[in-house]
Amino acid sequence: MININEVLETNNMIEKENLDVRTITIGISLLECIDSDLDALNEKIYNRITSVAKELVPTGQAIEREYGIPIVNKRISVTPIALIGGAACKKPEDFVTIAKTLDRAAKTLGINFIGGYSALVSKGMTEADELLIRSIPQALAETEFVCSSVNLGSTKTGLNMDAVKMMGEIILQAAEYTKENDSIGCAKLVVFCNAPDDNPFMAGAFHGVTEADAIINVGVSGPGVMRKALEAEHGTDFGSLCETVKKTAFKITRVGQLVAREASKRLNIPFGIIDLSLAPTPAIGDSIADIFEEMGLQRAGAPGTTAALALLNDQVKKGGVMASSYVGGLSGAFIPVSEDQGMINAVVDGALTLEKLEAMTCVCSVGLDMIAIPGDTKATTISGIIADEMAIGMVNQKTTAVRLIPVIGKKVGDTVEFGGLLGYAPVMPVNSFDCSDFINRGGRIPAPIHSFKN
Amino acid sequence: MGYKKYKDKHRKSRGGNEGIMRKIVITVVGKDSVGIIAKVCTYLADNEANILDISQTIVDGFFNMMMIVDTAKCTIDFDSFAADLEKIGTGLGCIIHAQREEIFDQMHRI
Repeated sequence: MININEVLETNNMIEKENLDVRTITIGISLLECIDSDLDALNEKIYNRITSVAKELVPTGQAIEREYGIPIVNKRISVTPIALIGGAACKKPEDFVTIAKTLDRAAKTLGINFIGGYSALVSKGMTEADELLIRSIPQALAETEFVCSSVNLGSTKTGLNMDAVKMMGEIILQAAEYTKENDSIGCAKLVVFCNAPDDNPFMAGAFHGVTEADAIINVGVSGPGVMRKALEAEHGTDFGSLCETVKKTAFKITRVGQLVAREASKRLNIPFGIIDLSLAPTPAIGDSIADIFEEMGLQRAGAPGTTAALALLNDQVKKGGVMASSYVGGLSGAFIPVSEDQGMINAVVDGALTLEKLEAMTCVCSVGLDMIAIPGDTKATTISGIIADEMAIGMVNQKTTAVRLIPVIGKKVGDTVEFGGLLGYAPVMPVNSFDCSDFINRGGRIPAPIHSFKN
Repeated sequence: MGYKKYKDKHRKSRGGNEGIMRKIVITVVGKDSVGIIAKVCTYLADNEANILDISQTIVDGFFNMMMIVDTAKCTIDFDSFAADLEKIGTGLGCIIHAQREEIFDQMHRI
């Protein structure tokens, strides 16, 4: 039987170290809603989402109460809207009506975010894809809960550089449309290489076409628990350090597995995957950067940071896969800047630069995340940063992403406030040398040689 | 959707008359004072919750008690059970939580 120390350990993790389940995300296929009449399509989408996920929020709250574990977010991801709206939407504004429908459904259900205002254009773009992408700035400005993502490349297809170029412009436009609110539109927009179909985390969640009608994916968290566990590892060698990371990741993931199983049973929706990510929050101590400091680095960004992150990411996966048979999504360590107080401190102290963050993305689970840059950054420069990040993902067969916020009217050294889980961020400098002739070439970057495994 | 069907089945099994053990872990944290265990135990007895295990320890000067109870015969639902215990805790100047046992089992047992 469980003993008192184990009970106290678990409850300390929850109460003092910010252990929580970050999100229960229901993925909902909207393929059955496709209609050539826009009004009919919108109505079907609204009805489908609000009926499938009707019990999501109350069920989540019941699980929270019974197990005493906070479930921070209840979310929904849907089939990429470019596929769903293609038959009905003839102009970008038509797509915006779907965004508003998604927003309305989210409001009705009381969820935090709805993802899937997305297009998958890793090799080429259909007309619908292009219309959707062009509608993103307006859609994000006129909705509250809708998140948007675009997959720009993959290891198998190479990089769609036309889309990379376009997204540089779209990101700037999204910033411009929401400039009154520190360009927050961009915080809800992410571009990917090798985007997973079953990611429960925003802004990049969408319900892939390879998925079932509805599925439950759960994202766990727990950087605070990890940091606390590593306090006992001062001065020990790497073997011992890795062992602790692994064991802690196991414990965290088991909680996620329990919540996923319960949610699946109570909602009668099949369980998909656990995403075993260490996702920081602005809460003090709930930070990836603090884990690095615990490992022996003065600040995140100091020499050794990439190695520390590689170790952390790998051991989290090793502990996590033991705890759940179905692991998927992004799984690993996130390194967002604005959502992590330790990362913010590292940037303010000058320890962490955009270039170091780029290096870190080679070994983290996603990419350049929640980074504020000056509002006067050129669109081609943003595209250049995206291209670099996508190339890392393509060549290393991993998911990479970019979520940059060019904050209109702000310059290096200013601070931007996003609020809530999104936190705040110091505006970071961007390399000012030009890359427009490279970006303006257009076309595709072919898939790397090691993609031919057939 | 088969949701309703499931829900009905689930409710039935929660009624607890089929011999299903539903173990709840109750934790009490606070300053030590006379009668804490007595009050909690009286409440449990009144609601036919059977105590399977009790242990206690002092951490950083605070009194920590844990009870594992079997609520299979309880007629009261979980939410009210937890809320009542919390209220008893407030009256005694300590914090009382009730949680289903699985979360601890999952985390600490393979």
